[in-house]
Amino acid sequence: MEKKRILAVGVGGQGILLFSRILGEVALRAGVPVAMSEVHGMAQRGGVVETNIVLGAIRSPLISQGEADVLVGFEPVETLRALGRTNQKTVIVSSTDPVIPQIVKDGLATYPDLAEPLARLKETFDRVYLFAGEKLAKEAGTARALNVVALGALAGTGLLPFAKEDFLNAIKTLVKPRFVEANLKAFEAGFAVTAGV
Amino acid sequence: MHPLITAKAKQKLLLLGNEAIVRGALEGGLRVGAAYPGTPSSEIGNLLFQLQRELLGLYFEFSTNEKVAMEVAAAAAASGLRSLTCMKHVGLNVAADVLMTLAYIGVKAGMVIVTADDPSCHSSQNEQDNRYYAKFSGLPMLEPATPEEARQMTAYAFELSEKLELPVLLRTTTRVSHARAVVEVGDLAPYQEETKGRFEKDLRRWVPVPAVARGRHQVLLEKMREAMVLADGSSWNRRYGKGRYGIIVSGVAVNYVLDAVDELDLAEKVQVLRLGFTHPYPAGLIAEFLKECETVLVVEELEPYLEEAARAVAQERGLKTTVLGKASGHLPRFFEFDPGQVKEAVARAFGLSYQPPKPPSLTWVPELPPRPPTLCPGCPHRETYQVIKEVLEELGEWPETIFPTDIGCYTLGLLPPIQMADYLICMGSSVGTAAGFSVATNQRVVSFIGDSTFFHAGLSPLASAVYNRHRFTLVIMDNETTAMTGHQPVPSQELRPPELEDRPRIDIEAVVRALGVSHVVTINPYRKKEAKEAVRPLLAQKELAVIIAKAPCILYRARVSKK
Repeated sequence: MEKKRILAVGVGGQGILLFSRILGEVALRAGVPVAMSEVHGMAQRGGVVETNIVLGAIRSPLISQGEADVLVGFEPVETLRALGRTNQKTVIVSSTDPVIPQIVKDGLATYPDLAEPLARLKETFDRVYLFAGEKLAKEAGTARALNVVALGALAGTGLLPFAKEDFLNAIKTLVKPRFVEANLKAFEAGFAVTAGV
Repeated sequence: MHPLITAKAKQKLLLLGNEAIVRGALEGGLRVGAAYPGTPSSEIGNLLFQLQRELLGLYFEFSTNEKVAMEVAAAAAASGLRSLTCMKHVGLNVAADVLMTLAYIGVKAGMVIVTADDPSCHSSQNEQDNRYYAKFSGLPMLEPATPEEARQMTAYAFELSEKLELPVLLRTTTRVSHARAVVEVGDLAPYQEETKGRFEKDLRRWVPVPAVARGRHQVLLEKMREAMVLADGSSWNRRYGKGRYGIIVSGVAVNYVLDAVDELDLAEKVQVLRLGFTHPYPAGLIAEFLKECETVLVVEELEPYLEEAARAVAQERGLKTTVLGKASGHLPRFFEFDPGQVKEAVARAFGLSYQPPKPPSLTWVPELPPRPPTLCPGCPHRETYQVIKEVLEELGEWPETIFPTDIGCYTLGLLPPIQMADYLICMGSSVGTAAGFSVATNQRVVSFIGDSTFFHAGLSPLASAVYNRHRFTLVIMDNETTAMTGHQPVPSQELRPPELEDRPRIDIEAVVRALGVSHVVTINPYRKKEAKEAVRPLLAQKELAVIIAKAPCILYRARVSKK
């Protein structure tokens, strides 16, 4: 298969590790080579979290400057922060619901107005998909399913060599039983954002 | 049963490097494990702690620190049981006293010491390169590049250890321990019955008084010669490609180099010497490789360990090969590498043109707020800091007070708006350095340490402070767990999961009083008014005092109550 470098960025607590676990399991079951690099430990305490996922014949589980084929942002400021890892052809899939850093709540920094930068994001890149991830997750039944909304949105782009069913099956095995229904809905909501656009 | 132990041979699992190490250890017949948690090694201990309930004949404990853990594992290996201890890189400093002499007396059954290094300091106070511990102690070392290699090398490390009767270092880095990739597992060793070893006495082996130690040092050096032959013939040390240029590489950078060779289309121009058995370094293999190359680039994170080896080999054999790497400025001696950086270094070393992919113009991106890790909303540490701060302000001691701090979530108290962390070195340093500041200055000293860190390295300096009449206030932030590394148990915890209900409990206040501290109070930091009243007299005087701020970590409480 074609090589794919997927960079997922967000904030500690947004479920980015489960997002990448599910994606990894889908690849494993489909027999597609997969490797990833995760963030554990101190950085998870409300800090910036990223997972690098590579599919196909790539050994390095890290994505360097300009190398991402897809950038999946769980939070708009984190999407903007990660743009150095993109190039002109990078497909951007991002939630627009902000998570205000503690440092901003404490009055020590300001959170930017996003209207202008998000408009520029759309002008700069060929394919940009923006969605209110938290809102979609809540509508599906739980705000914590933002990660699966993002997964659905990534799947819906058609960039990955996996069928929609593969994702739904992996969600059924990896998500705790009582959250499966909400997560399947969350996946569909995300998928609808990008599929057929 | 956990999927890591139900998986049958040849099954493919998506494993974290640390999970692969655990699987490899269980394939290798691990019997006794002991560890103190530390990122990026923590998942190894967490898993073994959990799996021992499912595997008969596997024992694992969280010891109070890395030195104790290594001693537990050493004695098990001396008694004929395969053992493992794992720790973060700085943990090996704590256990270094054991390591250096354990190398002399050696082991009977295989013993694996996992050291998980943290280039770029993702979760650490330094980025020391523990490969030098292998050189320093004279112990064999393996360096996996991927989770699959981590599994295989761990199982092999037991065999190597038994062959040489020496413990083996398995050195990972964050990007190996926390990489997740497809691993094809092997057969699990049988775990069907409780297994005990037997210790055979041998004074001239196990008791390194000077007369014994002198002999054992020579034995160790002989074993290193034997190990170098093994390294030369090891299947972990492999060669690829052909050409007059060469790359010597180890660890996670193996992946970056092999990708660079593919992407720059260098298979016909550049040979790669990929090393996994790196101490003792395979001198014969390196010599052959250097002989065939005009120019060799050494690609390794942190210190120039292999680069120095290559230069030494070239000098010994009179080879004129140019060795490039850190000394030549092609790669830095700090931080972890990334694949793009390695690609550029390879291209530059061999005079190839390479245009790295460029991001589009991003001048329109506004200034973004930083998002440093912070204490969780509702975290009891926030409350404790606030209580102490308000009392010091009321006493007119703010902001002159010096706040030595320690290793744990509460180190995040350095950030605004708390800013109550002024000095930090290592585990337990809050107590010893508080003593030093109280001797060296007239400033008030209030230091902070967590419950787990207190048992790890706080007891001995507190005894020293009592005896030497030091004058400071120590705040023990008892959140009833080792929070930062994933909620491992602490001997003092009251709140505990059912499987730990039968453990004895060591009360921190009783310990502190027994050490001879007379001014001691325990507070609930959420009850601010009462807490302030209780600590005020202690902070208003200068005698040694201990404040125990006791309230469980909110994440831990939620986790235990869910079970």
